[in-house]
Amino acid sequence: MTRITVGHLYPEHLNIYADRGNIAALERRCAWRGIGFEAIAIGPGDALPDADLYYLGGGQDRDQLLIADDIARHAEPLRAAVDGGAGVLAVCGGYQLLGHYYRGHQGDEMRGIGLVDLVTEAGSRRMIGNIMLDCRLDGAAAQRLVGFENHAGRTFLGEGVQPLGQVVHGHGNNGEDGGEGVQQGSVIGTYVHGPLLPKNPWLSDWLIGRALERQGQNRQLPPLDDRLELEAQRVAAAIAAR
Amino acid sequence: MLFEAKVGLARATAVTSRTTGRGGGTTLPGRLLLRLQADALQRLVERLPKGAAVVSATNGKTTTAKMAASILSPPLRLCRNAAGANLASGVASAMLRGEDADLGLFEVDEAALPAVAEALAPRALVLGNLFRDQLDRYGELELIATGWRDLVARLGPATTLVSNADDPLVASIGRDRERHTWFGLDDPTAALPEMQHASDSKWCVRCGARYAYTAVYLGHLGDWRCPACGDARPQPSVTAREIQTDGLDAVGFRLCTPAGDVAVRLPLPGVYNVYNALAAAALALELGAGLEQVRAGLERFSAAFGRFERIDFGGGEAVLLLVKNPAGGNEVIRTLAADEAPKRMLIALNDRIADGRDVSWIWDVDFERLAPQIGSVICCGTRAAEMAMRLKYAGVALDRIEVRTDMDEALDRLAAAGGSSYLLATYTAMLDLRGRLEQRGLVLPFWQEAA
Repeated sequence: MTRITVGHLYPEHLNIYADRGNIAALERRCAWRGIGFEAIAIGPGDALPDADLYYLGGGQDRDQLLIADDIARHAEPLRAAVDGGAGVLAVCGGYQLLGHYYRGHQGDEMRGIGLVDLVTEAGSRRMIGNIMLDCRLDGAAAQRLVGFENHAGRTFLGEGVQPLGQVVHGHGNNGEDGGEGVQQGSVIGTYVHGPLLPKNPWLSDWLIGRALERQGQNRQLPPLDDRLELEAQRVAAAIAAR
Repeated sequence: MLFEAKVGLARATAVTSRTTGRGGGTTLPGRLLLRLQADALQRLVERLPKGAAVVSATNGKTTTAKMAASILSPPLRLCRNAAGANLASGVASAMLRGEDADLGLFEVDEAALPAVAEALAPRALVLGNLFRDQLDRYGELELIATGWRDLVARLGPATTLVSNADDPLVASIGRDRERHTWFGLDDPTAALPEMQHASDSKWCVRCGARYAYTAVYLGHLGDWRCPACGDARPQPSVTAREIQTDGLDAVGFRLCTPAGDVAVRLPLPGVYNVYNALAAAALALELGAGLEQVRAGLERFSAAFGRFERIDFGGGEAVLLLVKNPAGGNEVIRTLAADEAPKRMLIALNDRIADGRDVSWIWDVDFERLAPQIGSVICCGTRAAEMAMRLKYAGVALDRIEVRTDMDEALDRLAAAGGSSYLLATYTAMLDLRGRLEQRGLVLPFWQEAA
């Protein structure tokens, strides 16, 4: 049976915004299609296992500091895995860790893994609220992405780096340039949680499709009954628009 | 204007608010008075012969305060913010109403606690627990803990702390304070087999290593110690042993205190209610209650509104359960799941400010555990579809899930199905549901119920 593997980085430290909902969405949507699914927890000190997708969630500041040194070990292995076709999904704090650094108010810096050319700086006011984006992955038709953002960090993408989507309602990366998140091949980072995947089923399926493709399989997936997902998405979009 | 005149003016708004049916004057009079007189809390508390006692926690504030009231009154006359208005305005409103009271007994919101408790300079302050809760509103847990820590450093020696020894984050506050009563569970047979996934505060506050537990009782509460730096649970002096659950009706335990031991049958289920009872008992003992008075007060306790509140509905019994964050939700589910019978449910999820606009927390609640027991469920509230989707991913079959955004429609459907049911609701959703049940003559308004 076909099986995809997700390497879940620091699930005990980075789990503040119901990150397990994202894992559950991938797991269920695979199961409903008869695709096997395995999530491997990667804790401090663990080696990076082979996986089709790596997941990095958000943590409280304190928890994030506890793993900031440990994750530096994975910078090179992760880059190699991505070069080999693996995907990365990083949400909230995990998104910030994808970049070069997070600079605090006092100029103190927490190093990221530098997988993507982006930096984050502490802002003076938290950007909190429902958010909605328009996304065009792989040049496909625009897809709606909804969720909730809650971050003080203002993230700036490097020259030529593409955001995940354009903000329709909400703040996005920095509240200034209209972009939200980042997409670089199969690496995705975003501040959107809620959790991110359950009510944006198209993105779950995009990630699953990429994982299948890495295994040399067809990335086209049979459709599922997504009425509840799309209704939850519609409600979230309407609330974001208020 | 003299303070007396301001008090009179503020009291008059309570009457107006009550007669216009806008919520019983639980916040408005106090808000007005605080605007007219910034130090109104200090001035009002000085009029209470026995001062004030304050309860704060992420979960269990309302129930703990109501349990303490059940123990202390009579003989004491209390003034309380029993309807859950737990910011400065609600506390001031309660004191405006309770002019003949001996003691003020207040539950206070955990973020509002530093300002309110400093103004009240209470005789006793209960620090119950800290769980992740409504991140869009409260920010991270550490922020609340820092606020509490700074508060305790400012409080004079006359305030006795009553703290949960089983919560390592709470136990890091005021540890070296002289007047400090610790409570905690002492019954390894009631421990969980493992730590729950959504547990907070897993890492040592002092050194960052992972805590080791001899027993985990609930979330991150338990008999903890840090293997790296040696920090460990303070020895509690008020404990519960021999915990015995009695279905969803009650929980029995042996209450052990410096004043002696006594068997208690608490007419509410759940380990989390044993914690609430311990907090209330420790507080009441600190305020001079006797052991027998504590036992009797706990045993005659009746549920606070929406906290395992039972009503007649649809030809059966409906149980109302407030669920507002992962830790509280998981305890409610653990308690319900102990009875394996199939359940008819209604779940009301709102995303108003008081609920938390961010609904992601429902994914940290273990609906997976309840899923096999859900015979049918109606989801309602502003985020009804989100709730329904959550249940789908928890493993509830689609043909058992119904979405009815409108609460009256949802209640009608539930009543038509008949039989007993469980109603889970977030804070404003609970108020909405109770408002509708009130119109149907099935419950009293919450401010009368609470009084």
